[in-house]
Amino acid sequence: MFELTKEQEMLVKMVRDYATNELEPRAEAVDKEGFIPQETYEEMGKIGLLGLNAPKEYGGAGMDDICKVLAIIEVARVCGATAEMFAVQLLVNYIIATNGNEEQKKKYLGMAKDGKIGAFALTEPEAGSDAGSLQMTAEKDGDDYILNGSKVFISNMGPNEGEWAIVFALTDKAKGSHGGVTAFIVDRGTPGFTLGKLEDKMGIRGAAVSELIFEDCRVPSSQVLGGEGKGMHVAFSGLDSGRVGIAAQSIGYAQGALDLSIEYSKQRMQFKKPISANQGLQWYMAEMATRVDAAKLLALRAASIMSKGQSATKEASMAKFFSSEIANWVAAKAVQIHGGYGFMRDYAVERIYRDVRITTIYEGSSEVQKIVISRDLLK
Amino acid sequence: MKAIVCVKQVPDTSGVVAVKEDGTMDRSKMATITNHDDLAAVEAALELKDDTGCEVIVVSMGPPPAEGMLRELLAMGADKAVLVSAREFGGSDTYATSQILAAAVNKIGVDDDDVVFCGRQAIDGDTAQVGPQIAEKLNLPQITYAADIKKDGNKITVKRLLEDGHMMLTVETPCLITCVQELNKPRYMTLDGITSCYSKPYEVFDFETLKNEPLIDPDTIGLQGSPTNVYKSFSPPPKGGGIMLEGNDQKTCDQLANMLNEKHII
Repeated sequence: MFELTKEQEMLVKMVRDYATNELEPRAEAVDKEGFIPQETYEEMGKIGLLGLNAPKEYGGAGMDDICKVLAIIEVARVCGATAEMFAVQLLVNYIIATNGNEEQKKKYLGMAKDGKIGAFALTEPEAGSDAGSLQMTAEKDGDDYILNGSKVFISNMGPNEGEWAIVFALTDKAKGSHGGVTAFIVDRGTPGFTLGKLEDKMGIRGAAVSELIFEDCRVPSSQVLGGEGKGMHVAFSGLDSGRVGIAAQSIGYAQGALDLSIEYSKQRMQFKKPISANQGLQWYMAEMATRVDAAKLLALRAASIMSKGQSATKEASMAKFFSSEIANWVAAKAVQIHGGYGFMRDYAVERIYRDVRITTIYEGSSEVQKIVISRDLLK
Repeated sequence: MKAIVCVKQVPDTSGVVAVKEDGTMDRSKMATITNHDDLAAVEAALELKDDTGCEVIVVSMGPPPAEGMLRELLAMGADKAVLVSAREFGGSDTYATSQILAAAVNKIGVDDDDVVFCGRQAIDGDTAQVGPQIAEKLNLPQITYAADIKKDGNKITVKRLLEDGHMMLTVETPCLITCVQELNKPRYMTLDGITSCYSKPYEVFDFETLKNEPLIDPDTIGLQGSPTNVYKSFSPPPKGGGIMLEGNDQKTCDQLANMLNEKHII
């Protein structure tokens, strides 16, 4: 059903080589030290990964969602935090490419090749799945807007990470989510924009996730993305693409956990034979592999529909829901196959088990995905 | 200015070795990789391009699937690729191969400020003969085992990696340099390279293209024309596991001495 083109095969080979040679050896330190080293950003910028889906005329590679899925899987297979950073970057690229004006596209998509990343700041303490109940405000003042409020759990923003963020705020409280929300691109270092708490997380510990604080932060109207009152439209424009991205991330985690399980089960000797000789574990691995493949097919189907420029809301939600759920199941089985060693921090499956936990929660929880899917079924 | 790089697609020796009836390797049944030393040669050429803006042309002799490798080298940043491929060339040994490759390089043209790069040796044959033979046939000065290359005008200074040290040599272009894996770390393909590598110039030199080249002698190319006859190819049986002795006490030393004595080593 999905035969890869020569370019897609080459992309997979290149990202796998890069991830295996450079990202995998760093993955343990990324988790333990809690940040992704600068060289990773620089390399991923230089070889073009961070601009994968940005149009060619803005310095990107102009690749489609199928390529995006394939690339994220390969990165996620070896380093959870780097994959999360990468998936978010491709999401913000997509949103800027879809909603930005010429100047914005030139500036913000062009930064990727220098390893400079962006963030998507919608979530607030009281506005998670209910994204419409924002409290942050943007008050018009001459040709500027004054931003006040805070955002939480914002990926790609940390002490040294993140050059810019797409920030959503109310420009008309009365209209609320129906035309009262506006998206702004806010540069790091804009007076009044500071970083609050750097989150201490269960998994993807190397991914920079912070609280953003805006206190009388003055932003010129040229920084409005997609027009005043069009904020929810901007936010929703990236939903499907973002969900396919997290599906790919989940699949990569699961693939990594499966690969490690196969390798370990062949080496680990108990009762004078490798534990892979036990049918109980063989069946685990057969089921893990089948679920990973099924998830990959769902993600590639959604991506292939989107690559044709068509809407894939239901398919993207199915891919995200299924992939993230099976990835948690696969990671748990991988720890089980590793036995006591799988519980130890010296083994990569322990990290994957923690990294994978977020995938059923963010970018629309499994419960929200089921709402989206059933809404389509029952319309 | 051009950098012409000769590259070979070799069997991935970490996999299975398949052998044909005539004793030569059945490459179609084996996974392939780009020879490591040749990748170092490509990187050296690309670094020269970074510094001077020169054109990088990659040349490979091999069966049609070698196109995949050449496209990857284009995705790394090479500007043009030439695949030298014909039934008449099949089964060539180093003598025949270097003749054909020299003819191909000659057809591309070696100008005064050009450099020809080769890998030191291929991991399948391990002869390290093709690079030097190409240099001889093209009448170019050659430097082998390059572990560092510096270019200043038409002078190139090369650090040669030898078993017991290194040797510095300076040579004028045009010249041929064979590179060792230690020379550099080959760059990754870029995404931009991947999306453009199928639209870059790509040529196939077949027998018709090269048969009138002065360096080509139809009697000394291919399996029949090669002076080397392969008697047999096989995977060597795996060596048995070694014996590990641990400890720094007298007893362990005695044990070791006894074992060496039993094997008549001491």
